[in-house]
Amino acid sequence: MFRPETGKYLYEIAQTLLRGPSPLKESEREMIAAYVSNKNNCGFCMNSHAAAARCLLGDEESLMDDILNDPDSSAVSNKMKALLNIAAKVQVSGREVSQEDIDNAREAGANDLDIHDTVLIAASFSMFNRYVDGLNSLTPENKDDYKEMGIRMVEKGYSLPKQKK
Amino acid sequence: MAYIDLKNEEPGIRGLMVYSPETAEPLNQLAEILLRNEDNSLERGERELIGAYVSYLNDCFFCQNVHSAMAGYYMQCDIEKIERIRSDFNRSDISDKMKSLLSIAASVQKGGKSVTTEQVEASKKVGATDREIHDTVLIAAAFCMFNRYVDGLNTWAPRDKQVYASRAPRRAKEGYINSIRK
Repeated sequence: MFRPETGKYLYEIAQTLLRGPSPLKESEREMIAAYVSNKNNCGFCMNSHAAAARCLLGDEESLMDDILNDPDSSAVSNKMKALLNIAAKVQVSGREVSQEDIDNAREAGANDLDIHDTVLIAASFSMFNRYVDGLNSLTPENKDDYKEMGIRMVEKGYSLPKQKK
Repeated sequence: MAYIDLKNEEPGIRGLMVYSPETAEPLNQLAEILLRNEDNSLERGERELIGAYVSYLNDCFFCQNVHSAMAGYYMQCDIEKIERIRSDFNRSDISDKMKSLLSIAASVQKGGKSVTTEQVEASKKVGATDREIHDTVLIAAAFCMFNRYVDGLNTWAPRDKQVYASRAPRRAKEGYINSIRK
């Protein structure tokens, strides 16, 4: 890694948001991450987080691809649909999120923490995606590589890889 | 008013960080190492300027004023001077290297894929190192997160710019790690 001093905190942000305490399931948080990364056209983040989400979803893994296609016609809960709508707004700009978006999420059962965590996950992937693509980093082409990556992300979580001396 | 009940009256990201201290911790640590750590060839004022500029492009009132005040504090000028740099940096008296880095930051604000090889080469030609380019991209990306967090939850921000200028010296002295504990 080019700069582990900053990398350390980026891993901690991912670990806290995607694996730390939250009313949202880990699979739901990974789906939000993949959904925002897809909108930012960041292949690396989209493929890896979609793979983690599929791994967590088990028998329901097709939900991941369904929401990348169109959340509203997928089988995810209405709450999740409303949260993905908020995430999509955040991807464009924080200022795009409206009171109506929030009201719709609450009507579908979302509480303050669900909304907070959704906004922050979507915001953080607006960072991760720009970091990855802004420096034009290596993006594996092979789908199987991502599947393995997804399993690792689920089993080990997010932490700074040991540095080669 | 914020979209969720933050149970505190702090403005901008401070209110969010008091509400959610677990997530605040790594966010503050990232801000600290990017903007304030001394092991960096970019000056603190230059790094704050990148943060202020991206926040301005994202139209985030709270962040652009906090970080313009910080940049002004380190560069020993008022917020108005930073605002003039922000709105037309090519005609300002900042270094060619900083101009090239702000141009990269502006591309990052649009999207990671907007950064071009030509921009990076041009920046290296006027003296930017790989690490300076790395840090510029990461600071710009980080502000695309902070700005969305602050505005996506509709937090409040003081309208009086003097408030931001008055707070800057203390923030410069104490740093970001403990920004929500006092």
